[in-house]
Amino acid sequence: MFRTALRNVLAHKARLLMTVLSVMLGVAFVSGTLVFTNTISDALQKSSAKGFDHVDVAIQPEGRPNEGGKVAEQPKLTPELLAKVEKAPGAASAIGVVSGFTALADKDGKLIGGGFQSQGGNYWGDDDPRYPIEDGGRAPKGENEIAIDSETADRAGYQVGDTIRLSVDGPVLTSTITAIFTTDDGNVAAGGSLAVFDTATAQKLFHREGQYDEIAVRAADGTSQAQLQTAIDKIVPDDTAATTTGQQLADEQATLIASSTSGLKNGLLVFAGIALFVGTFIIANTFTMLVAQRTKELALLRAVGASRRQVTRSVLVEAFVVGAVAAVAGLAAGVGIGAGMRSLMGALDATVPAGPLVVSPGTVATALLVGVLITMLAAWLPGRRAAKIPPVAAMGSVHAPATTKSLVVRNTIGALFAGAGIATVLYATTMDGSDGQAPMGFGAVLLIIGVFVLTPLLSRPLIAAAAPVLRVFGVSGKLARQNSVRNPRRTAATASALMIGLTLITGMTVMAGSLQTSIEKMAADAIKADYVVSMANGNFLSPDVEKKLASAEGVTATSPLRNAESVIGDETEYLTGVNGSAIRELTDLTIDNGAFEVGGTNVVVDADTAKRRGWKAGSSFTAAFEGGERQKLTVAGVYEGNELLRGVLLDSATLTERLPAGTDPADMQVMVKTSAGASDATKDRLEKALGDNPAIQVQDRQDISNQIASMFTLMLNLLYGLLAMAVIVAVLGVINTLAMSVFERSQEIGMLRAIGLDRRGIKRMVRLESLVISLFGGVLGIGLGVFFGWAAGELLAASMPTYELVLPWARMALFLLLAGTVGILAALWPARRAAKLNMLTAIKSE
Amino acid sequence: MTTTPLADTSLADRSTAVAARATELSKIYGQGETRVVALDRVTIDFRQAEFTAIMGPSGSGKSTLMHCVAGLDTFSTGSVRIGDTELGSLKDKQLTKLRRDKIGFIFQAFNLLPTLTALENITLPMDIAGRKPDKQWLDTVIRMVGLADRLTHRPAQLSGGQQQRVAVARALASRPDIIFGDEPTGNLDSRSGAEVLGFLRNSVRELGQTVVMVTHDPVAAAYADRVVFLADGRIVDEMHEPTADSVLDRMKRFDAKGRTS
Repeated sequence: MFRTALRNVLAHKARLLMTVLSVMLGVAFVSGTLVFTNTISDALQKSSAKGFDHVDVAIQPEGRPNEGGKVAEQPKLTPELLAKVEKAPGAASAIGVVSGFTALADKDGKLIGGGFQSQGGNYWGDDDPRYPIEDGGRAPKGENEIAIDSETADRAGYQVGDTIRLSVDGPVLTSTITAIFTTDDGNVAAGGSLAVFDTATAQKLFHREGQYDEIAVRAADGTSQAQLQTAIDKIVPDDTAATTTGQQLADEQATLIASSTSGLKNGLLVFAGIALFVGTFIIANTFTMLVAQRTKELALLRAVGASRRQVTRSVLVEAFVVGAVAAVAGLAAGVGIGAGMRSLMGALDATVPAGPLVVSPGTVATALLVGVLITMLAAWLPGRRAAKIPPVAAMGSVHAPATTKSLVVRNTIGALFAGAGIATVLYATTMDGSDGQAPMGFGAVLLIIGVFVLTPLLSRPLIAAAAPVLRVFGVSGKLARQNSVRNPRRTAATASALMIGLTLITGMTVMAGSLQTSIEKMAADAIKADYVVSMANGNFLSPDVEKKLASAEGVTATSPLRNAESVIGDETEYLTGVNGSAIRELTDLTIDNGAFEVGGTNVVVDADTAKRRGWKAGSSFTAAFEGGERQKLTVAGVYEGNELLRGVLLDSATLTERLPAGTDPADMQVMVKTSAGASDATKDRLEKALGDNPAIQVQDRQDISNQIASMFTLMLNLLYGLLAMAVIVAVLGVINTLAMSVFERSQEIGMLRAIGLDRRGIKRMVRLESLVISLFGGVLGIGLGVFFGWAAGELLAASMPTYELVLPWARMALFLLLAGTVGILAALWPARRAAKLNMLTAIKSE
Repeated sequence: MTTTPLADTSLADRSTAVAARATELSKIYGQGETRVVALDRVTIDFRQAEFTAIMGPSGSGKSTLMHCVAGLDTFSTGSVRIGDTELGSLKDKQLTKLRRDKIGFIFQAFNLLPTLTALENITLPMDIAGRKPDKQWLDTVIRMVGLADRLTHRPAQLSGGQQQRVAVARALASRPDIIFGDEPTGNLDSRSGAEVLGFLRNSVRELGQTVVMVTHDPVAAAYADRVVFLADGRIVDEMHEPTADSVLDRMKRFDAKGRTS
């Protein structure tokens, strides 16, 4: 039987091509993902492990929770502690580590790298083992000297002796580069920048006067990390700091990297899974058609004594061969994709740590197993159907009429699934945000299965609706319509493959579009300020920034949004300090009750907090601030919170007075109103007032909208890219179905040619059939996608008052166009084949 | 044998006119050692309102002759005319149009589109051409083949004989200059075959239709006005007013020759 199966595969090479391609693409996606993420994870771990070479034991401050109605004072790592630790038995040396955000400007004044990866640190003494200096440099000394990593220097073209503009929390500093160093720092390996100052300067800039973020201790020769840790534990007070060995840190880092790359991996695998799932439709379709075409042959096998099981097995063996070939090809392609993605990311300036390509045995096994199993699983039903062919069919007439098995059972099952799915989804929309997620997901799966099962039934009315359009194309159109509903199951499977991709694409688009509009509205509607100034990395601004802005020409009002922690009752509450006299000019908050009055002890709170705390206008409460001061505050009004402003708003003067001297300033943003309104000139003036600081962004409302929009666009484009694979597989499915249909109907096509339908007419007939199938899948997919987008939006709306459904009509039209294009493209080759069919061989009787 | 008297005198005139003519027609496959001569300088006329049967042993070239004359296949040398049109110079597109407008076809099998009703199958050539069928003529044809109550059925709901009658009606409906049949009764039982052949003969006698049919069945050939015998790509004999027995006798001589040679 194996030989028969093998011969069959070889005999139907061309007809199995699309199946092999579709399985191959899915497997390539899976193995490419595995290769890529393994390679990155491996390289990151190696580079981060190197970063811990200089640490045998690390001492880090222990965070303390707020207790007893007080904001806890956080412990500090002092130079005294460092001195003690350095003398611990077995310690060779100790380094006090200071770190913080440091934005570097390139020679054009633009920020180097992404804001989040711009790191700053301290250079310890004259010869810091962490940062070996390249020839020609020397350790930075004093406030105006700096050393930068070699990658950044290369990228921006800086050399020793150049001056560089930088910013830590607001003011622009200009420093001289005294050294360029190499480093194993993981952040630099991942494309970030690192700048180091001498320790005193770093402590001052990062607001760590007299303290360190970490103390890194090296062990003397012959002392193990564990021994050193035990020795240090005796010195360090328990409630101040925790000790960790370098090995533990490296392990922790490795786990962190593994979990973050596995997140990426799992995300990508979901999309690979979708592509594979779509592929199963094609496999099942192909084997169903192959079995139907070979009815006589299989019946003959049965007639000469093959058992049902043997017939099924022969189909499965065929599937095995096809799956194995496709899996091997897919694995090879996947390794290529893995390698290609790395260089692509390198080309896109996202630095990826260098390392060997990792093709683990697990990747190979997964790829092969996935390819073979998926193919065999999808071929199982057709295989069983093959076994049901009675031996007598071998003697039957030339062509057994296509069995139009009743669809009643199928339709009933489909209706049940779809009905249950719709009901579940609708029920879930009435629930609260997070509670509704699980039932909605479950309902969505039910509905998709239901619609898939129902597609044969749906195909008739939907395709009939297209009849008036098709009539324009005369006989070709009429035949195309009838051919497309001729085998409803096949049409359904083909269209469903396309439907799945388009459902996801449309659903995501609807949701993202609605969310974007809502967030933009939330951000833009609540603000009257012309500009919002913030740090590029989301860090706090120096209080200097507000002062500079307030004194800039043409500025009429400013307010910081200054964060502070407090304890009210027994719970932690975050307060936002604003400029009480200007806030009404800068924001447009809806006041539910009371008055919009912020000043002295008068505060406003958002509706959610008010509800949680049981406050209303006139209520008063006592807040305990950091440092222990207490203040009684009165709720003057309750406002509708939004993305930008929420919680308790109090006057920043009141807040600052209560905080102990030397507390870190925590301005998240500064809002600015100008007399001239937002314009390029005004923006220039503000930026100049801030010293053209690379780390600070000055955004008007349009910029904020654009920023939000670009975030969503990026996310959507990423999703489109990932879902494109599912669509490509679906296109292969349409090609496959058409090619098979053309093959099956070659005699009919020959007859049509003989009685006078020209080649163009034949081509048009095939193309229109393809178009009808594709548009059918497209309409179903877009319809389902809109429904899911709406339903998911209803869930979001529960927690987002400004949420409203925005139907992206243009996009939807584009998707329909895409479906149509898919249809036309998929028909190119089958249509050509049909037109080129040799009429005489086609009509020759058997 | 002459046609039955007809009121329309033009039909009588047509009996002497030529509907299709092949002159010195050759069809050669391959080159050198694999060279096969399928047709060897065949010259033949098919007169209007005449029913011609083409017979011959397997490989004699009878189907090739029909395919070449019907514009389904290309030929190597010689000429073929349908009415006034020379086929040799036509491109595929023009040939297709010629087949659509001037020629009717009946094949042994796969004659009908399973998705269309009987009536839609009958009017298919005119639908392709984008022409409205002549209602009166259509009724005449349908009545003749006895399908009036089967028009909305699909081929799968019809018997083999009924399907072939639909095919005959389709060939007649567009009033082609000439109808070609390729073993039209090959898949039918003898009773259904006789019905179909009867319709073809009636169309020639009553409607003045020209019919050319390839067959290997002497009984079928006996319905024709004239039988042309082919062997090794050449016309070797011709018989008028044939009977099943006379055709069978003639065929036996081929077999004898085949055995002795």
